[in-house]
Amino acid sequence: MKVTKDLVAASATPMVLGILADGESYGYAILRRINELSDGELDWTEGLLYPLLHRLERLGHVESSWQSVPGERRRKYYRITDSGLAELAEQRRQWDTVVSALKAIWVDPGDVRRSTTIPLGGLA
Amino acid sequence: MTAPGSPDGGTPSPGPDALEDQFAQWRHYVRRRPELQRADAEELEDHLRGSVDELIAAGLRPDEAFLVAVKRLGGLDELSREFAREHSERLWKQLVLTGGADDPETGNRSRRDLIAMIVCAVGAAVSVKLPELFGLGFQQDGAFYAPNFALFTLPWLAAYLAWRRRAGRALIGVMVALFALGAVAANAYSLAEDSQSLVLTTIHLPIALWFVVGLAYVSDDLRSSRRRMDFIRFTGECFVYFVLIALGGGVLTAFTVGTFQAIGIDPEGFVSEWLLPCGVVAAVVVAGWLVEAKQSVVENIAPVLTRLFTPLFTAALLAFLVAIVWTTAGINVEREALILFDLLLVVVLGLLLYSISARDPLAPPGLFDRLQLALVVSALIIDVLVLWAITERITEYGTTPNKAAALGENVILLANLAWSAWLMLGFIRRRTPFAALERWQTGYLPVYAGWAWVVVLLFPPLFSYL
Repeated sequence: MKVTKDLVAASATPMVLGILADGESYGYAILRRINELSDGELDWTEGLLYPLLHRLERLGHVESSWQSVPGERRRKYYRITDSGLAELAEQRRQWDTVVSALKAIWVDPGDVRRSTTIPLGGLA
Repeated sequence: MTAPGSPDGGTPSPGPDALEDQFAQWRHYVRRRPELQRADAEELEDHLRGSVDELIAAGLRPDEAFLVAVKRLGGLDELSREFAREHSERLWKQLVLTGGADDPETGNRSRRDLIAMIVCAVGAAVSVKLPELFGLGFQQDGAFYAPNFALFTLPWLAAYLAWRRRAGRALIGVMVALFALGAVAANAYSLAEDSQSLVLTTIHLPIALWFVVGLAYVSDDLRSSRRRMDFIRFTGECFVYFVLIALGGGVLTAFTVGTFQAIGIDPEGFVSEWLLPCGVVAAVVVAGWLVEAKQSVVENIAPVLTRLFTPLFTAALLAFLVAIVWTTAGINVEREALILFDLLLVVVLGLLLYSISARDPLAPPGLFDRLQLALVVSALIIDVLVLWAITERITEYGTTPNKAAALGENVILLANLAWSAWLMLGFIRRRTPFAALERWQTGYLPVYAGWAWVVVLLFPPLFSYL
């Protein structure tokens, strides 16, 4: 099972902000982290990640800086800002709404039929 | 990223150099994309290296790891497209005045250019105000400033170009001598303020001096036809930029005057004595610098205008010819009419020159070339009619400096266009190569310069300072 492109794109911002909320990181590590968290089910590309990071930077949700950690290459690290944290909170609120609504709809598979017939009955 | 990245962890590296070569190649490849800037390329390279290191740790050989990592990164086309969506401004080529951080080498160079330009522009602005120390006012002494005006700006532009091209000593000497000659021509003859010769010098000295600027422009290769063509392009672009700067300057002036008047200060003296003269002479230098700085950044404007207006001018000239035949009206050759037709020939020549300058010399003749031939031929026919009328008039009433100058220019332009028409006909019939037309135009440039000098130097004594 692969998650569709639209869903990946929609969830990209809260995911990146959420990872950066744990501490500063760089592109490759963020991508690996997403891979780990989703067991490779989320099909993220570099073409999605880097432009997204740049957009978040332009919007002021993250800051970037080139750093040389001893023993490693010079890398571009991203750090979440206060406005990024606020954005993350807002996104979380929205996603919670969506997820709880979906959960309420999908209480258990047997209820699927009932949930579709009720509105019809109400209309009739 | 100039230093080769040190591989994280001890990788058994069979040929780390080969891997570095591959990275270098990849970097080169990525940098050709306008959407991906240096920082992006470095960030992506770091990503690629991370990926390669991981694959090597998993047991792949370095070259295999590189291939797999590049493959995972996905096609550059797609990557660039995604970047372009976020950074759409990068597809609009921006004029970076001081090079930016993208490439230190060109950054340094353009910063030096900028400083040299500022020095020259300030020099021009100061020099135009220097005569004031000797009691000459820009407003009152038109008879001094009008013929001398080009001398306050073009030497500075020439100096900037000569500095940029590292012109040789001999050539610099020649240019200094020519500018000195121009100064002599403008000031040695005592011409009355309302004399025709003064007007002629005012018009022709800038042309003569512009070709001295041309000397500075082509100083790296004086005889090369290609460089001369570059100078023609430079002239057109310079003109376009100067007009744009002048428009902006007009807006600035209007706001300056308006806002200061609103608080009861009249800035008109400042505008006419300082802003206008200093602005104009500095703008010429700035325009020249802009053309040099942006020649590979922005599409040339002059050829675009040429494309737009060649069909329109052709239609207008053909309509005019039809009207002459239809009404059998003779051309009324007043002085203004003569100058008007001279200017018409200049415009036609300009249209021809700038379409030549933008044309691929190897492309086969097309519809546009035929259109251009029609334009040139109709201009020629009109001009022959005008010449006929004017020689009649000169033999009848005798000549004046104005008429002689206008006539001379007419003959020069006519000769150029007639031979151009012949060469174009040959080109359309695939008899002569396009390069012949190009060489003819670039070879003709000294004729204009020569004529301008003749008018400036010989006409006043020839016509007893009329």
